[in-house]
Amino acid sequence: MTGQANAGRPNQLLRNLHAKIASIPMILTAVVIFLGGTLWTVFYSFTNSKLLPRLSFVGLDQYERLWAAPRWLVSIQNLAIYGVFSLIFSLVIGFLLAALMDQKIRFENTFRTIFLYPFALSFIVTGLVWQWILNPEFGIQSVVRSLGWSTFTFDPLYNPNIVIYGILIAALWQGTGLVMCLMLAGLRGIDEDIWKAARVDGIPMWKTYLFIIIPMMRAVFITTLVIIASGIVRVYDLVVAQTSGGPGISSEVPAKYVYDYMFQAQNLGQGFAASTMMLITVAIIIVPWAYLEFGGRKRG
Amino acid sequence: MKLRLLAAALAATVVLPLGIANAADLEVTHWWTSGGEAAAVAELAKAFDATGNHWVDGAIAGSGGTARPIMVSRITGGDPMGATQFNHGRQAEELVQAGLMRDLTDVATKENWKGIIKPASLLDSCTIDGKIYCAPVNIHSWQWLWLSNAAFKTAGVDVPKNWDEFVAAAPALEKAGIVPLAVGGQPWQANGAFGVLMIAIGGKDVYQKVFSDKDAEAAAGPEMVKVFKAADDARRLSKGTNVQDWNQATNLVITGKAGGQIMGDWAQGEFQLAGQKAGTDYTCLPGLGVNEIISTGGDAFYFPLLKDEEKSKAQEVLASTLLNPATQVAFNLKKGSLPVRGDVDLAAANDCMKKGLDILAKGNVIVSTDQLLSADSQKQMEDLFSEFFATPTMTPEDAQKRFVDIIAAAD
Repeated sequence: MTGQANAGRPNQLLRNLHAKIASIPMILTAVVIFLGGTLWTVFYSFTNSKLLPRLSFVGLDQYERLWAAPRWLVSIQNLAIYGVFSLIFSLVIGFLLAALMDQKIRFENTFRTIFLYPFALSFIVTGLVWQWILNPEFGIQSVVRSLGWSTFTFDPLYNPNIVIYGILIAALWQGTGLVMCLMLAGLRGIDEDIWKAARVDGIPMWKTYLFIIIPMMRAVFITTLVIIASGIVRVYDLVVAQTSGGPGISSEVPAKYVYDYMFQAQNLGQGFAASTMMLITVAIIIVPWAYLEFGGRKRG
Repeated sequence: MKLRLLAAALAATVVLPLGIANAADLEVTHWWTSGGEAAAVAELAKAFDATGNHWVDGAIAGSGGTARPIMVSRITGGDPMGATQFNHGRQAEELVQAGLMRDLTDVATKENWKGIIKPASLLDSCTIDGKIYCAPVNIHSWQWLWLSNAAFKTAGVDVPKNWDEFVAAAPALEKAGIVPLAVGGQPWQANGAFGVLMIAIGGKDVYQKVFSDKDAEAAAGPEMVKVFKAADDARRLSKGTNVQDWNQATNLVITGKAGGQIMGDWAQGEFQLAGQKAGTDYTCLPGLGVNEIISTGGDAFYFPLLKDEEKSKAQEVLASTLLNPATQVAFNLKKGSLPVRGDVDLAAANDCMKKGLDILAKGNVIVSTDQLLSADSQKQMEDLFSEFFATPTMTPEDAQKRFVDIIAAAD
């Protein structure tokens, strides 16, 4: 294809020369830092590098140790639970809030600000706030107990079986406001005439949303999905602030494993192996999706 | 201007018999941020400032696990500080091997560190290929059980004299609504508590075999079964602690909300800061009252290789200031740790510190796990024991099996 174009127009390379020159720094950054860094990491994950990288290869030893480590398995499991629920809930709650907001209610601006406000806080602050709210000594549990229900127990952050849901609550509180705003923008983009037509046809409101509006908002949903998904894979600071992985190792996540083993355990090889596995996980999700999304369009 | 410079130079020569006329700002990083620790580090800063140089405090909050990665990446990333704290042992080993740290052998020979630093193992862990790379400042031992006298009074039982009595007194404490054993949520605390139980219940030989020789058979042996049994007890007694940081856990003991805590002697700084008196308000049991042995880990300062000549000279001054007898006394009294030189006078020491000094003088010491195990093995043990302490369904047998694997793979 390129050859053909070159034959037809010999100065193809010089077209939009200014734009090409201007984008050289970004291209270099992407290639050298992102791609180069990734390859370097994968390469060194086959060595037994400790505090400093060194070239003594140990084959797949780091990966064998990784998949035998209980902490890594717990991390993967937590990420799966956290990922599935945070995807579902932030989309559902975000869309419901946006749909309610779209009913031409009064004080819409005020509500929008209130719902979006948590997003302005960092994960660290969010985590600390929810650490206090969920603390049995002075959080929800103690408030309810002081109202008279003296056997009420609600301490998700101190119960290994449900601690990941405690983190999920904080993540949803922080993130749904943004999802709501994106959805609201999508809803506002729907032509008023479509609503009128649906009303004339006597279609109930919920059906209009489900079968007409949502399919029309495909692009907004995909944007939102990408934003939420990238937030899920790199979840780290929220866990550090809320539980620092505890109780025990029950709220560990892969990103924290990478950090802890690279820096605290001074075992770069192990950390690199873990981050390579994270990359592969992301690739497994992204590649088929990208293929369907972009590959499909080219054919059609 | 000229006059002032001259005056400053003169003043500096008076203070510094070493003849260094130039003063420099030196950034010192450390993770001493709790109340007692901050008071102790202020003593070091005061002593260093008195030499005409300036101590720029670079405290990093969040204990060693958080601070060390920051320090290491600053050194490897080409932004070294003037000096930095590490624990005695292998934490800075690779940095030294990579040539990023400064050789202190000249200062050490001039001031006869070999002669004054006791026990000698401290200087040994600073020595790599015959050269000295760090200045030890204190001896910290893990093997202490801190007990709140008030808590036992509330429960109506005598203050225990050893671990077995403590376990026996626990039901009375629980009945009075007191958590018997405070163990904070940070992973190193569970790991440390296990190490202490190992000395107390298993004894010195087992400790040496497992951690020094990395003998997997000993780790699976009957002595270790007893240790894991004791760890199981500790886990049961620590239920309901619900705090993260070690000083919060210590605070539970200070306020009588918890019966006791297995923690290193740095906890003593907190008791002191709260105005409590050893013997009357709190009781300390070295080696859990069973085996009176203490480990001689602790803190040392390392000096990254700097290009700036003035700062390099200031590093030498700091190194010698840290080992100065007066600094040693002032610092260690506040910190609750023991001095690294045997020839200083610690008349002001309290009961607990005197117990520690006695044990040290008798030579009942072992080398700390920081000096024996790599950071990697330690991290794996932290993962194991923090999981063990937080998971009531994990049996001691399972935990021991995983412990044996870690020891077998240790380097």
